[in-house]
Amino acid sequence: MASEKSVLLTIKDLRIEGYSDEQWIEIVHGVDLTLHRGEVMGLIGESGAGKSTIGLAAMGFTRDGCRISGGSVNFDGIDLTTATRGEKRALRGSRIAYVAQSAAASFNPAHKLFDQHSESARLHRTENWKDSREDAIELYRQLRLPNPDEIGFRYPHQVSGGQLQRAMTAMAMSCRPDLIIFDEPTTALDVTTQIEVLAAIRDIVEQFNTAALYITHDLAVVAQMADRIKVLLKGDEVEEAETVKMLSDPQEDYTKSLWAVRSFERDEKPRPPEGTTPLVSVKGVHASYGPVKVLHDVSFDIHKGRTVAVVGESGSGKSTTARVITGLLPPSEGHVEFLGTPLPRAYKDRTKDQLRQAQMIYQMADTALNPKKSIGEIIGRPAQFYGGLRGADLKKRVDQLLDQIELEPSLYYHRLPSELSGGQKQRVGIARALAAEPTFIICDEVTSALDQLVAEGILRLLDKLQKELDLAYMFITHDLATVRSIADEVVVMKEGKVVEAGGKTEMFTPPHHEYTDLLLSSVPEMDPDWLDKLLKERGGITNLGEAASSQI
Amino acid sequence: MSGLAGLIVKRLGLGLLTLLIISIIIFIAMEALPGDTAQQILGQAATEENLAALREELGLNQPLPVRYLAWLTDALRGDFGISVANQREVAEQLGPRFGNTLFLAAFAAIIAVPLAITLGVLAALFRNSIYDRVSNALALVSISSPEFFLGYILVLFFAVQNQFFPPIASVTPGMDFWARVEMTFLPALTMSLVVMAYMMRMTRAAIINLLASPYIEMARLKGVPQRRVITRHALPNALAPIINVVALNLAYLITGVVLVEVVFVYPGVGQLLVDSVSKQDGPVVQACCLIFAATFILFNLIADVGSIVTNPRLRHPK
Repeated sequence: MASEKSVLLTIKDLRIEGYSDEQWIEIVHGVDLTLHRGEVMGLIGESGAGKSTIGLAAMGFTRDGCRISGGSVNFDGIDLTTATRGEKRALRGSRIAYVAQSAAASFNPAHKLFDQHSESARLHRTENWKDSREDAIELYRQLRLPNPDEIGFRYPHQVSGGQLQRAMTAMAMSCRPDLIIFDEPTTALDVTTQIEVLAAIRDIVEQFNTAALYITHDLAVVAQMADRIKVLLKGDEVEEAETVKMLSDPQEDYTKSLWAVRSFERDEKPRPPEGTTPLVSVKGVHASYGPVKVLHDVSFDIHKGRTVAVVGESGSGKSTTARVITGLLPPSEGHVEFLGTPLPRAYKDRTKDQLRQAQMIYQMADTALNPKKSIGEIIGRPAQFYGGLRGADLKKRVDQLLDQIELEPSLYYHRLPSELSGGQKQRVGIARALAAEPTFIICDEVTSALDQLVAEGILRLLDKLQKELDLAYMFITHDLATVRSIADEVVVMKEGKVVEAGGKTEMFTPPHHEYTDLLLSSVPEMDPDWLDKLLKERGGITNLGEAASSQI
Repeated sequence: MSGLAGLIVKRLGLGLLTLLIISIIIFIAMEALPGDTAQQILGQAATEENLAALREELGLNQPLPVRYLAWLTDALRGDFGISVANQREVAEQLGPRFGNTLFLAAFAAIIAVPLAITLGVLAALFRNSIYDRVSNALALVSISSPEFFLGYILVLFFAVQNQFFPPIASVTPGMDFWARVEMTFLPALTMSLVVMAYMMRMTRAAIINLLASPYIEMARLKGVPQRRVITRHALPNALAPIINVVALNLAYLITGVVLVEVVFVYPGVGQLLVDSVSKQDGPVVQACCLIFAATFILFNLIADVGSIVTNPRLRHPK
């Protein structure tokens, strides 16, 4: 259908360089792209593929430290690589608009939504206040924001993430552009919220016949949104095809490997016999931050050698529970037992041996590792603190740990965290936790900041270590695909309460608790018709995510 | 807004506590100086009997905490005691001088603050341009030069070589406002130059710091011109650090004037402080120090509250 329409954007042999270590290095190596009016093209790839860089180049924009070094970007007859600043400025916001990944960071905290919404319209179209405000209300209504008449008077921090993302889409629409660049617009959202944003974006793009570049790393999402998909790898095009064909019949090995990632799965381990004392037992825990109660009567058990996945949306109390278990946040009521013995509420009152038992691995390996310390020191520190190792013994232990996380000791011992890739840093995080010789590890969203292939490697490593060392994991995640692959038991949390708990097989077989069902059915699937089917099932657009969730 | 009011009350309380501690330090420091008030008053005429009698009369024989409390309760009522040098009430002596110091500080602030912020915004706007580099270099020069040196340079050019302004700012009570302005122009300019550089560089840094934020990129991608990106999108979010540096520099305009007042023979608190120290005039020095400390604490408080108030999250709670 796209071929019948006229061409809107042509990118030819686009080359972009980035400045690092005092030299220019090519990061996009000659990418071609043709987009027709009203067409949605999905750009997918892992981090470092150059998706966002290409998306911004389609607006003639490069971030600081990047430059277009070759090729052309032709938007409706205007070459953006040679256009003057003024020419480009006249296009931006007016004919090409941008929707960023994090709406919370991309709205200016100092101004109301209306003021930011109408800025483009008033700059480019000399619209008056009243018209642009009425238009904003109309767009808010079409994007199904609650209180469309009033929401624009709020400041960004007064609006939820999913709503802000829709408000940003509305802002991009304010001048009815020909092209919108969507740069991972739902990546930062919970699954139930994501659905609403996806549906809203798709509707409005169809309604105004806007062309779009939809940038994402999530294949299932792009399957819902795009007419065509282009796969990128390290600044090169891998292949491009219509969505249906790309999903059913990928040609290149790399694409096939991306498609295959979700296949890692392991069966639920047999349950421990009745009456076994659990390794960690959370008993009737209530906790609060200041006057705000965040946990209400949370109880669950974790047995030796098993993985309990704690799932729920942001703000459901998953990480707070972890903080209570480790003693960082003393509970106001209830307690945590370790092998049947109650642990002191605060970590300060726990013995070294009690502290050693529970270790943590964090989501952002980047910020969780001291950038000034070498890998050897980072891993050696807990081995020294808990194990009392010194000198050659310590070195031997660190080497052994590096072997366990599949990093060659001689190569990595002296490196700094900044010299490692994201996946390698996460492995170092794992080694640091292992160095204390724990029996129980809390993994807080350990794979959510990683690309799928790398994440799978981490999951396989954790699985291997569990078998070797008989570790128990508490796996905090919002990603149900991860749960499916690694968990034995699942605890579903919502608003600080446990709403459902049970074995993995049981949890993934209906009937579910209503909320679990909502979570499960909200996870995008590779089927391009998934969103349509879901909309039909849930009785239309008004009852999608946040709305459905609040009714439970 | 009750949260904000509570916060201000809390900070104010902390400020008063700090002031109390400072008053103790000042009092003890004066005690540590050799000689006492009785010796100062009697000077050459001091005999053992005279000294003992005067000490008895002034209450100097009482233990330190008792004398401190007496001094503090008097000070709270605005009575800072009697000057040793000229037997006048300290408060009566200090009042007009503090007025003069405030006048000079206000004059300097009126020149420095708007100019510094404008220049800082311009420097951020034309980052790395010739203008930015020149203004940065000049700012560095003015920060690095001691204010008495700057003062003498200005006197040389504007009072000696060209007779635009008087070299000495010896204002007298009851002087006409505009005459006063003309007379204090050079000291005010000197002080502006000293504080402007800090404020300008902080404004520039605070704005440039924000230029990498996603919302600035978003503004650019909406086709917003550079000037508007800076003034409308970056500046409102950079206010907290700017308010901080402005408030602290205003405090410096009042408390750091000693040298400038001496250079221009300006009858302010700084000059009085210097004179009183050389005359070992304890009550006056104590009062001056206390006023400086209170000013500094007050402006710190204003800076704190100011940067909190400019945060939209606190101004418009959920």
